[in-house]
Amino acid sequence: MIELDNVAYSYGGGELFSSVTLSLPPGSFHFLTGPSGAGKTTLLKLCYGELTATAGQVRLFGQDTRSLGRDDIAQLRRRIGVVHQDCQFLDHLPVAENIALPLTVAGRDGAPEDLEDLLGWVGLRRQAGQLPPELSGGERQRAALARAVIMSPDVILADEPTGNVDWDMSQRLLTLLIELNRMGKTVLIATHDLSLIRAAKSEVEARVLRLKDRRIQAAGANL
Amino acid sequence: MEMLRRMLGLLAGDPQADRAVPPTGFTARLTLMSAAAMAFLAVFALAMSLATGRLADRWSEELARTSTLRISAPADQMQAQTAAAVEVLRTTPGVAEARPLTAEEQRALLEPWFGPDLPVETLPIPQLIEIIEEGEGYDPAGLRARLQAEVPGAILDDHGRWREPLVQAAGRLRLLAWVSIGLIALTTAAMITLAANAALAANAQVIRVMRLVGARDVYIARAFVRRFTLRALVGAAVGTVLGLLAVLALPSTDVAGGFLTGLGFQGWHWLWPLTIPPLAALVSFFATRQAALRSLGEQS
Repeated sequence: MIELDNVAYSYGGGELFSSVTLSLPPGSFHFLTGPSGAGKTTLLKLCYGELTATAGQVRLFGQDTRSLGRDDIAQLRRRIGVVHQDCQFLDHLPVAENIALPLTVAGRDGAPEDLEDLLGWVGLRRQAGQLPPELSGGERQRAALARAVIMSPDVILADEPTGNVDWDMSQRLLTLLIELNRMGKTVLIATHDLSLIRAAKSEVEARVLRLKDRRIQAAGANL
Repeated sequence: MEMLRRMLGLLAGDPQADRAVPPTGFTARLTLMSAAAMAFLAVFALAMSLATGRLADRWSEELARTSTLRISAPADQMQAQTAAAVEVLRTTPGVAEARPLTAEEQRALLEPWFGPDLPVETLPIPQLIEIIEEGEGYDPAGLRARLQAEVPGAILDDHGRWREPLVQAAGRLRLLAWVSIGLIALTTAAMITLAANAALAANAQVIRVMRLVGARDVYIARAFVRRFTLRALVGAAVGTVLGLLAVLALPSTDVAGGFLTGLGFQGWHWLWPLTIPPLAALVSFFATRQAALRSLGEQS
């Protein structure tokens, strides 16, 4: 699905990481952890083509991103659902329209009952008509997750999805992500919250990767 | 044709996509006002261009078909020399009519300089004969030679001396008016480009979200382009209507008014200003599209 081969990324004259090799096979579940500033968000952005690697090869669904134009990347991005810590919504549109935005952009007409089901799945039926600034942190995260999955993408990339929510809400979000993985979706969660990883390991077979000292390492059992 | 189809498709729009961009903002008012002001000016530039065109044609035609014979002679010989000149002209090929101006007509010609009630009869002023040509006109050199022999006090003025600069001046005025219309179009494009850039910068968050969910640059640009094109169309329509009302309010043509009161539209020329709003929309379409795609390219 997504493969990084000997990838490096430099920023502002310094190298953020190098020689990163990573493969996200279909249906796999990964955590990406590491200290703040290690480059977790950057690595995720490389995985959905928002950034271009300064060295090495990034392949999205078998295609080398270096040979792709912006429109091709946009097309591939429809197969990748992204959840950011800061969510990023169109604040003037109601929650339901924000969630349906990927369908609108792709020129698809989603069935209203599917949207209803999705809102029910993330527990936001009541908030469908509200504007994003009126939502709590947890509600925003769930709305972002609903938007990320509405196109039924093959891969879900979540960047600190539980960063702004309490423990109960983070458990709820994790449960939703695990459910998605059980439906066959590939999931990669970037987080520095080790308790989240520990909680997940009892539920799902997850591979934990640590980004540290500009390299990616498989994390040990001491998490 | 393809571009026209795309433009019509764009104006018909995709209301769902259009909602992605917040509906209000200072750029909306800026675009409307700029388009209205520029359309108002364009109406006047167009009126000026058409009026100077008419003026050049009229001067050219009228002056080319007429000439004047001036007879300077002692008072006791004036009548005889005038009669002799008329006889010469009557037998000249290419002259349709030769008519000595009456005292009243000569007085009217001098009135702007000497005021009314000028006693023309008591003044040693020359007698003027108006010549109207026909067909290919007369041979000026041949006529001058005959007049020299038969009417020594006659001087032929075929208007060529001042017809050319007048027609040239009118032509240049017309050119200036078209240059003004071109500059108005360029200024409109520049203003709309600035407004579009400001709108794109103000909506950076919208663009980020749209990209995140897989929107292509063309899709994002379309939402902005449609909005700016419609604003330019509406603003220019308002400006054009105001401009036409202002032209209608100009004083009507009269003898004393001359060129200035002739500034306006005549006949089917009133249809010309109707092209201003669609042209403003076209300028806006290309300006915004260019600005949006460039800006989106830089933001990636």
